[in-house]
Amino acid sequence: MQHIIIGAGPAGVVAAETIRKYDPEASITIIGDEPEPPYSRMAIPYYLIKNIDESGSYLRDSVDHYRILNIELVQMRVDQVDAANKKVKLADGNVRSYDKLLIAIGSRPVNPPIPGIDLPQVHSCWTLKDARSIDELALPGVNVVLIGAGFIGCIIMEALVRRGINLSVIETGNRMVPRMLNEKAGGLLKKWCLDKCIDVRTSCSVQSVTSTENGLKVSLSDGDELPAALVIIATGVKSNLKILEGSGIEVDKGIIVNNQMQTSDSDIYAAGDVAQGMDFSTGKYEVQAIQTTATDHGRIAGMNMVGKATAHHGTVNMNVLDTMGLISCSFGLWMGIEGGEQAELYSPDQYQYVNLQFNDHCLIGASCIGKTQHIGVLRGLIESKIKLGVWRQRLIGNTNLIMEAYMACTQDLGYSQ
Amino acid sequence: MQKSLNIDSAKCTGCLQCEMACSYEHTGAFNPSKSFIKVFTFHDEGRFAPYTCTQCEEAWCQRVCPVDAISIDLSTGAKVISDDKCVGCKVCTIACPFGTVNYSQDIGKAVKCDLCSGDPKCAAACPTDAITYVDADWTGYLKMLTSAAKSLHSVEVTT
Repeated sequence: MQHIIIGAGPAGVVAAETIRKYDPEASITIIGDEPEPPYSRMAIPYYLIKNIDESGSYLRDSVDHYRILNIELVQMRVDQVDAANKKVKLADGNVRSYDKLLIAIGSRPVNPPIPGIDLPQVHSCWTLKDARSIDELALPGVNVVLIGAGFIGCIIMEALVRRGINLSVIETGNRMVPRMLNEKAGGLLKKWCLDKCIDVRTSCSVQSVTSTENGLKVSLSDGDELPAALVIIATGVKSNLKILEGSGIEVDKGIIVNNQMQTSDSDIYAAGDVAQGMDFSTGKYEVQAIQTTATDHGRIAGMNMVGKATAHHGTVNMNVLDTMGLISCSFGLWMGIEGGEQAELYSPDQYQYVNLQFNDHCLIGASCIGKTQHIGVLRGLIESKIKLGVWRQRLIGNTNLIMEAYMACTQDLGYSQ
Repeated sequence: MQKSLNIDSAKCTGCLQCEMACSYEHTGAFNPSKSFIKVFTFHDEGRFAPYTCTQCEEAWCQRVCPVDAISIDLSTGAKVISDDKCVGCKVCTIACPFGTVNYSQDIGKAVKCDLCSGDPKCAAACPTDAITYVDADWTGYLKMLTSAAKSLHSVEVTT
């Protein structure tokens, strides 16, 4: 059986390992278009502050890992998927045949339509190549403008500030991380950043970037003009769908996959940021573009590719974010549902926020700021659809009882819930 | 035979010796708030229940780690975080559905129970045998693990 995996990110690597686990004989090839061994984009902020070198971002400890598992790594861009003939065409003209194909080519940054966005000192922060460029330009004392205070923007903020640059952050939304936190929590995050003397501007957009004698000039919708040696774009990502043109595979925002990660072509699977799979909370098909979903997708795709039919019940959307030392997280339907009930703890002076969302007797979503202990149990409570019984009311009275609620509802503690 | 922690919460008096021992072993300070095992108090029921990582088969934390920082200690079966490799991204802390991988702001890394390389200090410190380290068998601990896993049974349906 010839398995070809396009894409060397977490979804592709986990899928390859899963296939190997269940089929020692299978031929497995990962084709990736970046020159480095499979690495993790999530590690880039830590590279920028020199906590790790490039090898510290590698998904697996050593390149030997793939050799030992007899997984072939090919460094080449794939130009086209020829589903009718079960072949993929590589940029160097080579053609590879597959029995089962996994498309795990991830996503790419979206550039907002701003004049000057193509200037050489304007970079995304997505690949190790981008990180090297930022590393060269983000020198102590220089002015940097970060466009976007979403997930990626917030996560690289601390790395940039710790490099000793002067940072301005421009976000078109009315708050920071609008897709992960509500107005109260997003507002708290902004207050935290302003307290740390970071120039964060929400409901503000970049009109243009121009080149001047002294570097870049960034013109804003609030009328200000900021000088900058470097502009970083972090305005979101989009699934890579180009190689699917003409393949006949059904795509929407991503590649549509069923609950076995199978595309509209039964021999082709998709996983990770490129896949539009089922969301656990809504039952709808959505691109989640998060690490936890990528690895879950990769494993389920791998199992199905190797013939172990496995369906999943959707992936829970979840994020954790460290913005200049203030940690926030969100799970599932953190924004709640119509007719649902919520519990909230809001202590702005302590930078503490907990919001729990219920539907009847189940937890369906949560968001927190300033909480680092036992937050994973929020996933457990949501994903296992535990009936909370009396604990729902106790949680509404005290949002800190999440572990107690989970333990009382799942374990025999010698009393009924 | 591999051993595992056996927790019999009915025997727990809430003395927190386990938390003291754990924090001392892992941080060098007697500070229950830094312990990887945690005793939860159920006021209304008048009960205490120690809780820590079950070293579960699924190893959600290990699978999701973006930099291969979590490995299995082959002698104990514990999922162990390498401080050298952990970048502190915290994804494991949201992925673990049991809430037993936490982020330590002191060291900027994720932390969890590592079974003290086969000599768990919590069990040694427990004066009432509420926590024991025994042959992995059908222990109360394994019941706990099973029931915890059962609560997530719908994660995957093999067709």
